[in-house]
Amino acid sequence: MNSWDWSNVDAFMPRFWDGVLVTLQALVLGSLIAFSLGLVWAIAQRSTLVWVRWPVTAVTEFIRNTPLLVQLFFLFYVLPEWGPTMSPLTTGIIGLGLHYSTYTAEVYRAGINGVPVGQWEAATALSLPKARTWTSVILPQAIRRVIPALGNYVVSMLKDSPMIAVIGAFEMLGEAQAYSNETFTTEAITVVGVAFVLIAYPASLLIRALERRLVR
Amino acid sequence: MMTSGMFTTWFLPGIWITIQVTVFSAALAAAVAFIIGPLRTSPYWIVRFLAGTYFEIFRGTSALVLMFWMFFALPLFGWQLVPMWAGVSALGLTYGAYGSEVVRGALAAVSPAQREAGIALSFTRLQRLRRIELPQAWPEMIPPFNNLLIELLKGTALVSVITVADMTFAGNLVRLGSNESAPIYTLLLVLYFVLAFILTRGMRALERHARAGIGQAPEKKPGFISRKLSERGERAQAGSQAAGGMG
Repeated sequence: MNSWDWSNVDAFMPRFWDGVLVTLQALVLGSLIAFSLGLVWAIAQRSTLVWVRWPVTAVTEFIRNTPLLVQLFFLFYVLPEWGPTMSPLTTGIIGLGLHYSTYTAEVYRAGINGVPVGQWEAATALSLPKARTWTSVILPQAIRRVIPALGNYVVSMLKDSPMIAVIGAFEMLGEAQAYSNETFTTEAITVVGVAFVLIAYPASLLIRALERRLVR
Repeated sequence: MMTSGMFTTWFLPGIWITIQVTVFSAALAAAVAFIIGPLRTSPYWIVRFLAGTYFEIFRGTSALVLMFWMFFALPLFGWQLVPMWAGVSALGLTYGAYGSEVVRGALAAVSPAQREAGIALSFTRLQRLRRIELPQAWPEMIPPFNNLLIELLKGTALVSVITVADMTFAGNLVRLGSNESAPIYTLLLVLYFVLAFILTRGMRALERHARAGIGQAPEKKPGFISRKLSERGERAQAGSQAAGGMG
């Protein structure tokens, strides 16, 4: 029992790749939701209308300060009571995306605040409409600087993705746990742990390189 | 329906366990952070390299994977951990790595002249750290530590997965016994939010105290809105600094 057995690694590999596929789906779709919804939150928080600004601030603060795991349980067990029943993976993607959108909102907010006031004034002086000011003047300057920070959150999301296994979306860790339970072995969980380091480390190097290029 | 009986039987002990897990893993994380952080500024490359490797490995894995590994894999190597301690060590080692980055950054921000003054007084490296560098870096560490503490508090929900009977575990248990999950999970989310709020308040008091301790004027008390805004600015910044995030 105490020795490492490579045959367990071989036997686990096919299921490992299944898990990787689920992780990737969750990561890509979750990031898409987080990136787009976060931008919506950030812009809504700058609204001049109090009844837009306050509820959005309250909701995002609440989501950010409560655990993703409990939010996943909430989505998975409560939503069906109200109507829609979704697959575990769909629920997981929505949960990850929603939770991380509150983080990316802060990143966008900082990026938007970093755009010099003169740019806003110039847009006013040219009497650009509000929508045009955002799309052609402010956002192109803001988003360039926030890309590395957004990248960091993708790495974070990768590390949080095992949580979706608790509601039945079998990603890498879920597959490893199932395999380990069936065979009473430890190799599968170790493989997944090492896989996380092997993916996360190069990713963080990449983000640091991006940071040097984009943020001056 | 949720009854008050369910609350006292399950949620109250659960809240207590959550608080315990938070306190123990925060203590372990602090110990790790204050050992690994200064080591990463060591003049010897091999020490820097080893401490840096610790940081990269524990920042790279997810706390949940580490927790599973400690709970399911370690026993087969002949080392059985009680679920509570498997959870606490996984959280402490992971958040300790993030914390070491905060300590390293704050130490790097202390003016070099201060370090040179210590050298001129022929302080040893340890004396410099203890008497000059750490006391000055300390107030700078508190806001990012607060963020980490909130992340850690949320992270403690993970221990429910390895059968520690914390708040989340209690919530799941009560759901199995009743048909309504909406009030249960809403209550759970509100409880976490309240705990996070209390932590933030405590850390703010600590920061005032630390700033007064090194003779810096405590910051003027800002109004509610400007406070919220600056807080969120710091958080966003800390998020991008603790690279890789602190999911």
